[in-house]
Amino acid sequence: MEHRGIRIDATRREMVLAGIAGLGAALIRIEPASATPATMQRAIHQIVGEAPVNKGKVTIDVPALVENGNTVALAIEVASPMTAQDHVKAIHVFNEKNPLPNVISAYLGPRAGRARIATRFRLADTQAIVAIAEMSDGSFWSASADVIVTLAACLESLD
Amino acid sequence: MARALINVPPKATRGQTIEIKTLISHIMETGFRHDNVGKPIPRNIITTFRCTYNGEEIFRADLHPAIAANPFISFFTVATESGTIDFEWTGDNGFHETGSAKITVE
Repeated sequence: MEHRGIRIDATRREMVLAGIAGLGAALIRIEPASATPATMQRAIHQIVGEAPVNKGKVTIDVPALVENGNTVALAIEVASPMTAQDHVKAIHVFNEKNPLPNVISAYLGPRAGRARIATRFRLADTQAIVAIAEMSDGSFWSASADVIVTLAACLESLD
Repeated sequence: MARALINVPPKATRGQTIEIKTLISHIMETGFRHDNVGKPIPRNIITTFRCTYNGEEIFRADLHPAIAANPFISFFTVATESGTIDFEWTGDNGFHETGSAKITVE
């Protein structure tokens, strides 16, 4: 009985803590979008939830030094046989220091044949970008890449 | 209005993995910039891209303001049968653009 009592208490404490954490997140979201690695972590958490994110399987193809942050070529490839049993369901890309942490979320399936996407994106500052692949078995795999930017995007005014 | 460029190989052998490239002309205004009197410029971006192969969805992407102007997206698919590959872009302010390409699979 005592054990059970303790367990219930712990659960309640966890719920209270979760509630406080949620409130904190809500309060932070009201502030102007500040570019921090923490906002990226929150955006990643929204996608993966509590699941562990493993390192590996994902390759980010992005230049290490970018002159113009307004257009940066980006390609993500995930090592996967792309069969009906074992394939990549989604590829998500995040950044640390743009006004918003998300870049793209791409949803594919076994019909893709090859888990590779390419696009062009903006970078507001020298920063790390993170790509996360969601597999058909529910696991998450990630890679990160550092990019040095000399001319930033997003924040300039029109003259 | 917006114009889309689509690159799909016109012919493929059955089971071959082909690359599809798309480019659409769009400003992708982030919503974080200001005009010359300091007024914020409202966000105007493409939010969703979708590709169907003979009616079945093979690729979909959610785009964010971090995607560069004139969004370029490339991806792969297995050529299963002859038919039509359709593309659809939707975005802010009721933006909607479609395109399609024919493929012959032997």
